[in-house]
Formats: sequence, C-alpha cells, structure tokens
Amino acid sequence: MSNPSVSSSAESLGNPRFVLPPGTGQIKKAETSSAAEVELIEILARTKIAHCYQCGKCTAGCPVAEQMEMGPTKLIRFMQIGSVDKALRSNSIWQCVSCLTCSSRCPKEVDCAALMDALRELSLQQGKVSPQAQQIVTFQRAFLDNIRRNGRLNEFDLIARFKSEVAIGTRQLSFLFKDASLALQLRKRKKLHFGKKSSADLDVVARIFARCVEDES
Amino acid sequence: MKVGYYPGCALHGSSNDYEQSLVACLGALDVKLKEVDGWICCGATAAHSLNSKLSMALPARNLAMAEKEGFRELFAPCPLCSMQLLKVREAVKDEAVRQELSEVVEAEIRGDAQVINLIQLFLNVGLDRLKAAVKQPLDSVTAACYYGCLLLRPPKIAKFDDCEQPTSMETLLAAVGAKTVDWSYKTECCGAGMTMASEDTVLNLAYKILDNAREHGATSLVVACPMCHINLDMKQAAVERRYGKQFNMTVYYLSDLVGLALGLSREQLGIDRHFVTEPMMGNH
Repeated sequence: MSNPSVSSSAESLGNPRFVLPPGTGQIKKAETSSAAEVELIEILARTKIAHCYQCGKCTAGCPVAEQMEMGPTKLIRFMQIGSVDKALRSNSIWQCVSCLTCSSRCPKEVDCAALMDALRELSLQQGKVSPQAQQIVTFQRAFLDNIRRNGRLNEFDLIARFKSEVAIGTRQLSFLFKDASLALQLRKRKKLHFGKKSSADLDVVARIFARCVEDES
Repeated sequence: MKVGYYPGCALHGSSNDYEQSLVACLGALDVKLKEVDGWICCGATAAHSLNSKLSMALPARNLAMAEKEGFRELFAPCPLCSMQLLKVREAVKDEAVRQELSEVVEAEIRGDAQVINLIQLFLNVGLDRLKAAVKQPLDSVTAACYYGCLLLRPPKIAKFDDCEQPTSMETLLAAVGAKTVDWSYKTECCGAGMTMASEDTVLNLAYKILDNAREHGATSLVVACPMCHINLDMKQAAVERRYGKQFNMTVYYLSDLVGLALGLSREQLGIDRHFVTEPMMGNH
C-alpha cells in the first residue's frame, strides 16, 4: 500500500461511528495505556498516526508553528513513540487555528488537523489542558455553553461571560474593559445585539447537548 | 431562483452587514433566500475542538431541517458553517451513521441537499447573466481576492476550486469589471475564531495578509467569510497600532463588489457599516 487513502485507513479502524466506541468514558478516569489512547485518537480523528513519515510538510505550512513549543510534526512523533501525554499537555494543540493546511498538504493523507481536534478533546476530558491555554479553553467552553442555552450564539452574552471569567481567573479586572471602545463602535454600526428572537427549538438543543456531552464529574 | 439559506450566527450578529449585502445583491439578481426554519448554531470551532459528537450533531440538525423543507440547495455564506454541513453530508453516506445521527438530532437526515458557498451561488447565477447585469463597471477597484481556509480546505470535502491556487473569485470579479492582483496570501489563515480567544494570533496573521496584499498593489481585499472580514476589517486598526503601519485597506464582501457593479449603493449594501470605510477610489 504505497499511498493509503484516508477512507481505507478509516475502514481499517473498524468503521468508526459518530458515537465514541465503548470504553471511551473510562479512559479519562482510569489508568490509561498510551496504546489505547493512540487508538482512541485515531478513531476520533479518523486517521492513522503511523502513516506519518515525518517529512515536516505540515509544520512548514502551519501559520502558527512559530508560536508552538512543538509543531504538528513533533506532536505526531510523540504519539508515534507512545508519549501521548506530552501532546495532551502541550500548549501547541491549542495554538492550532484549524486552517487545515496541514491535512490538505500531507503526502500520506494523515488528517493532522483532525488529530489536533482529537488531542484537544482528550486533553480537556483528562484535565490536562496547558495552563497557558486556559484563556482559549475558557472562550470555547463559554461558546458551547452559550449555544446550549440559546440555540444560536448570543455574542453579547458570550463576550460578557468570557471576559468576566478571564478577569476573575487571572485577577486582572482591566481585561473586562479592554475592548469597551470596540463595543461602542460595534453598537454605532448596529452590529451589537443583546439577543434576538429566534425560531430555534431550545428543548431539542438541550436534548442534543445531553446526548453529546458526557458528565464532567 | 429560490435558495435555502442557512445564515449562521455571525450573520445574525456582528456580521449582519454581510447579510445585508447578500440580500441586496442577490435580490438584484432575482435570487430569493429562504431562511431555514428553526436553524441552530453549527458549534463552530468550539465544538470541533472540544466535542466531536456535538460538532457533527449540531450541523446535522440544520441539514435535516433544511431537507425537511425540501431545499435541494442550501446556501451557507459562512465557510465554517458550510464546511460543517459538508462534513455531515459526507459522514451520513454511511447508513449506520446516518441513522444514529438522525436519532440524536430528532430529525431525518437524508444528506441529499447540496451545500453551496457564496462563490458557487454566483457561478450558479452564471457569468453571462452577471456580465449582462452590470451597470457600473468597477474599474477603480484593484482587489486582492482572499479565500482563507475553509472555502477550499480540506479539498476532499470542499471539492471546490484549486485549494492552493484558487481563481474563482478573480473570474467573478473580472466579469463585473474589477481588476485583481496576484499575491501570495490568498489561502493563508487569518486566525478565524481566535479573534477574542487569542488576539495576538489574529493580529499577527492579519498583518501578514494586509501587508502582502498591499505589497502586491491591492487597494482593497475581497472576502467571502464573516470571520475573515472581522479579522481584516474590524481588527485592522489594532493591527496598524501593533505593527506601526497604515493600511487603510477596504475589505469588501464579495457581494459588496458585485452589488456595486449592479448599481446598488454603498448604504444599500451596508458598506458604510464596515470599520474601514474609505470611499472606493483608485489610490494609485
């Protein structure tokens, strides 16, 4: 197999389903073997880590590689040699902007961007988020929580919550007011809304979330 | 022509100038947008970063709602929304996935609605029709067409244009009489949803894009994405402060320029609500 396609490698993973395979839930709590974690990451990302031959093309095209402590090539290498924990605890996975350049250019069709998603998901589940990435994670969690409550994004609510959480977390109250003038400018351009009536069915949204979000206990 | 329309959250929020531009421009071409009833957020970067199930379920619900209304074509002007819908469409080719997702979102997903972006919508209208409708050729515009990421990547799912050297926007703009430049950052990322979460990242990437466009002689940028517009237009003043360089680069939505060529006014298209609002002039 000189150049396995993504679809054939996905099949070799046992036809991954939308829902995570049994046993996923245990991983976050119990002892984790690196091999099991690699397998789980491959299922989530629908790609094969072993196919990477370390050419470095992903890192060469990555727009944020310069601000990562290790670029995508190294992150994949750590997974290949069983040091998944290094990848899960890295700040790099949170610096990724999901531009998909890496996945589009990989000569071995490794879906590197999907690996970043899988690593982030596991990193959060296992409580291994890099302290430097807290602000990004705070934003994304606030975003999802906003959708759960509103069905559609309420920007004002998101910004208020994100800013207050970061300000409290970092004890920097100035963060709250950093973009205050921007809010006024948005308002002037009729771009800032305090919530709009929508036809979204919030009960359905709540049930979808309940089916997709595992308990965080 | 009547098209199913999934606006997404940005176009009903701070990117409502994009929606205004679309409605005005497409209206002038007799394209009527019919908003999908009961649509919800696609989950965006937050969902695909933190929860793979949600990142499939949320857009799946929207695809199902659109298909329930019988739309054969679903227009999603935000490339991230569009990509999330396309990914669901791809995933539900597996019957087991299709059934399971349908249960999770309480609606039958068929996966037969075509998901299209703004460039495709214009191409569907047709270059000849566009040319014929031009009232005000845009000969004072010298634009850099900025595609960003998700209109093109990943190519296996986007199946649109050339993911390294795209030309579809240039073709459209040539049809309405605008000049475009060759430049190097057409498909580089602007930082997308990191605007709030990691401002430094966005300022750095937006700076490179603005700088390269200007170096290649562009006086404006053209985008087909709400996040690209926010990072290049709204954040432009912050980029200028950070890097000590003035750009004063107008950032148009693609529908702004087509709309101007069709004879619509800047106010009708919402261009006056952008952050960088220099009147359209050749400043060479």
